[in-house]
Amino acid sequence: MSGYFKDIITGLKSLAVGLQITNKEFLTKPITLLYPHESVKMYPRYRGHIELVKDPETGRNRCICCGMCEKGCPSGCITVKSEKRPGVKGKVLTAYILNFTTCSLCGQCVENCKPEAIKFSNEYNLASTRREDYIFDLLQKLHPEGVPEPEVDPELLKKEQEKEEAAKKAAAEKKAAAAKKEAAPKAPAKEGGESKAEEKS
Amino acid sequence: MSSLAQSQLRETFELNIGPQHPATHGVLRIKVVMDGEYIDRAEPILGYIHRMHEKMGENRTWNQFWPNMGRLDYLSAMAYNHCYAGLVERAMEIVVPERAEYIRVITAELNRIQSHLLGFGAYIMDLGGFTPLMYAMDEREQILDLLESVTGSRLTYCYFRFGGVYNDIDDDFITGTRAFIKRFRPQIPMYHKLVTGNAILMDRLIGVGPVSADMCRKYGATGPVLRGSGVNYDIRRNEPYSVYPELDFDIPVYKECDSMARYMVRMDEMVQSCRIIEQALNKLPEGPVMAEKVPKALKPPKGDFHYAVEAARGTFSMRAVSDGTNTAYRMRLRSPTYSNVSLFEEASRGMLLSDALAFLGSLDPVIPEMDR
Repeated sequence: MSGYFKDIITGLKSLAVGLQITNKEFLTKPITLLYPHESVKMYPRYRGHIELVKDPETGRNRCICCGMCEKGCPSGCITVKSEKRPGVKGKVLTAYILNFTTCSLCGQCVENCKPEAIKFSNEYNLASTRREDYIFDLLQKLHPEGVPEPEVDPELLKKEQEKEEAAKKAAAEKKAAAAKKEAAPKAPAKEGGESKAEEKS
Repeated sequence: MSSLAQSQLRETFELNIGPQHPATHGVLRIKVVMDGEYIDRAEPILGYIHRMHEKMGENRTWNQFWPNMGRLDYLSAMAYNHCYAGLVERAMEIVVPERAEYIRVITAELNRIQSHLLGFGAYIMDLGGFTPLMYAMDEREQILDLLESVTGSRLTYCYFRFGGVYNDIDDDFITGTRAFIKRFRPQIPMYHKLVTGNAILMDRLIGVGPVSADMCRKYGATGPVLRGSGVNYDIRRNEPYSVYPELDFDIPVYKECDSMARYMVRMDEMVQSCRIIEQALNKLPEGPVMAEKVPKALKPPKGDFHYAVEAARGTFSMRAVSDGTNTAYRMRLRSPTYSNVSLFEEASRGMLLSDALAFLGSLDPVIPEMDR
């Protein structure tokens, strides 16, 4: 019977001690935020989805289209599309597609990027009910007003054109030589045509 | 009650707990054969969140396996990062700069406190007390903010790298951590006053869920479960890694073998983690945080490698068999919760259903880590 009363006393005691703490806490300021009206400050290192870096000098992205981000990505969520343009050194980025639904924010792409063309963004308000909304073209995101045309280097363009012509010439010569070789033993009557080709070149 | 099964001698029925049940902390299903209010046999059924992490480790390159380490045990992901980093560093014989090792210890211990805080709050909520969860969440938020400012993510960290860490810690983090420790220290006696001394909690935990040291050995249970059974076993001491040998800390051990002992081990571990963090911050050397010359395309030499760490829930160890290519031939993850929960069937026999749930909570399972 004494155990019974002892239990009641210890129980009431622990209740009183507990309530003392909760009452004290009741008077302190709440630590929560009213979300839509206030929002949490994001740290500069916060890892949102990746984004392309705008070079302050040229106003364009720094991507050299090497595809290292694509290769290093564990979930294969990056697609880099590029093409060769006349008069522009290297490749030109035409689309940088990030499928954010499968991204795990590991940072392998950012680490692999030699020219530091991508970084983590601070964006976190990304709620949507449609899956397509998470397939970003980062190039469009970087230039919402329209992707600027790459700068054409006239010297390089000239060089390239010369090179191209030289290549064309070489190809034509090769073709002509091959035709000659093939034609010579069979039909010597066709000589006129061949000489024409030679004149052309 | 899913079905009614009658035995010859007495009437029993089957009861499904989970897979969608808040008391199971995730998608754990327990098939229980009940004899009235008492458990006849409880069989945990796993595999509801099986994601083939081991197979992924064999298909992906070594670097690509990093994000998986944050998604095994999402509550103490840092320790898992540590294990993987240590494994490959051991295989490749990479020497990690000392500063990086200290940063690893600081972040991993902060992560351990965070995990135990949530474990504590959620456990009390399992038992019907809602307020302590809010208090624990308040402190936990501080840690998450600190870790977010360094790693960039709040839970699924992918912060460690082979040969170091992703980026250096700054002065804000150091002062913030010191301020947190100062603020957190007096909170633990408050938790003890509010929760541990509570008569209802004592009634529900003391003497409930006996797990003997022999049973732990039989099932390979580690962590607070084993230390709550009176066995002084902690990888940080028994198989020291990183800079733990240079730090002074105690391993809390309780001999009572009941749910209360496991609960107390976790509470005391938080105090010890605070001690570790303070010492590590004082000893933090200057220098680089990444080893020089870590190859981008990793190809560890042929061989069999193993590394173990003490995660918040017990011993986590990884074993990788490398065949000299850029992927592992075999990747084995030994997760602590899997072993800890496997003793549930034997230990819960004859228990009251409500006690069994209190016992399950004291094992502190994290299901994605168990299923891997």
